[in-house]
Amino acid sequence: MTETARALWSLGGIVLAVLSLAAGLIWVERRLLAVWQERYGPNRVGPLGLGQVLADTVKLLFKEDWIPPFADRPVFVLAPTIVMITVLTSFAVVPVAPGIGVVDLNVGVLFVLAMSSLGAYSVVLAGWSSNSKYSLLGGLRAASQMISYEVFMGLALMGVVVLAGSFDLRRIVEAQRDGWFCGPQLLGLVAFLVAGLAETHRLPFDLPEAESELVAGFHSEYSGMKFGMFFVGEYLGVILISALTTTLFFGGWLGPWLPPVVWLLLKTFVLIAFFVLCRATLPRPRFDQLTGYAWKWLLPLTLVNLAVTGAIRLALEGP
Amino acid sequence: MTGAAWPLLVHLAVAIGLAAGMMAVSHLLGERHRERATGEPYESGIVGTGELRGRLSINFYVVGLLFVIFDLEAAFLFAWAIVAVEAGWAGYAGMLVFLVLLGVGLVYEWRQGALDWGRTRRAIERALAARESSRRPVTLAGVPFERGTPVGTKGRR
Repeated sequence: MTETARALWSLGGIVLAVLSLAAGLIWVERRLLAVWQERYGPNRVGPLGLGQVLADTVKLLFKEDWIPPFADRPVFVLAPTIVMITVLTSFAVVPVAPGIGVVDLNVGVLFVLAMSSLGAYSVVLAGWSSNSKYSLLGGLRAASQMISYEVFMGLALMGVVVLAGSFDLRRIVEAQRDGWFCGPQLLGLVAFLVAGLAETHRLPFDLPEAESELVAGFHSEYSGMKFGMFFVGEYLGVILISALTTTLFFGGWLGPWLPPVVWLLLKTFVLIAFFVLCRATLPRPRFDQLTGYAWKWLLPLTLVNLAVTGAIRLALEGP
Repeated sequence: MTGAAWPLLVHLAVAIGLAAGMMAVSHLLGERHRERATGEPYESGIVGTGELRGRLSINFYVVGLLFVIFDLEAAFLFAWAIVAVEAGWAGYAGMLVFLVLLGVGLVYEWRQGALDWGRTRRAIERALAARESSRRPVTLAGVPFERGTPVGTKGRR
């Protein structure tokens, strides 16, 4: 198989797999939440309630595709697409297995960080263009939250970069043959996971859309598939953060006996389950506490982590 | 670049195409309504009042400012991280100096109360000192207030 065909097959496979995973995740999340909260969850449509996803999609497609007359039309329409496009594009640099992956950028880590920064525009523009009070407050909260957590999201990964000596995600996975980075980079892992929760607005950091305070926050005025795209974008984000954490800290596709792809999926799924567990158990903090964690705890923590990692690496290997 | 980058562009095109496709299908299939309250912004079922873009907490702006400062500094650290081993101890020392400067900035902002939302003890005391010279009884949220009355350190009372 030529290089071109290989890249195209990977591309098609990854996009298809990721989108169906995101759809499936809606069902998985509701079922897992039900397990942890001792109830049934969706179990009526089809076997085990699996048809629920399909039913929801059809329902969303037939809902009114409303653009408010008081909204800023072009921005209002554009905003939900941004989150989906940026998250979906980030998957291009995630190495799935040896020989499977869309593109190997030597700035892979930076590319993912850049895309996640662009994703912030989606919620901010949605909140601003909706021209509604709840949306505006949600958008503002989303902006502050995302930029607060972005600062150390990148810094948390720099420990890994120091250890692997590369921004290339494939080489970072290869560097973990002798041991996963989750041990030596435990602080980085914790900071990255917290940042990941905040960047995807998952509970406990879902203040931009806190339904008990802001109705639906930045997407209060969205309906139909435009709302659906925020929804899909959020689930794609969860998969992306889980896949990235696996790649950067848990050895990516590396593992004995099973094929590499299976290992990646297994580890990613465990992390997704962790995200859902966070939602099932943790209460929502106040907004000043949320930014407080970022600036007062996690930023100094990642800076110390980076300094210590650099010193140990130099002491062990010499300049 | 370890390989050609064109698959990335194809991937981007596919993503844009998918998003546009979803929008188009939803636009074609969706129903249409036009009723009395359809064109109103949602305000929990009541008629909206007040200014839409009113005054907002200054802290949102402060966070934005902090982000500009610290994210730029983080970008410099990215450049060090990739060459950490080649740069050796000399590079490490340089990075550490930079890190200390960054830390000093953070501590300064912290002490100034830029990271605290709402009324802090410092702000309340400053307001009290200002009021004391005017010799009028000090009230806080309508309650007479004297020096030494315990107040919450952070957040709203």
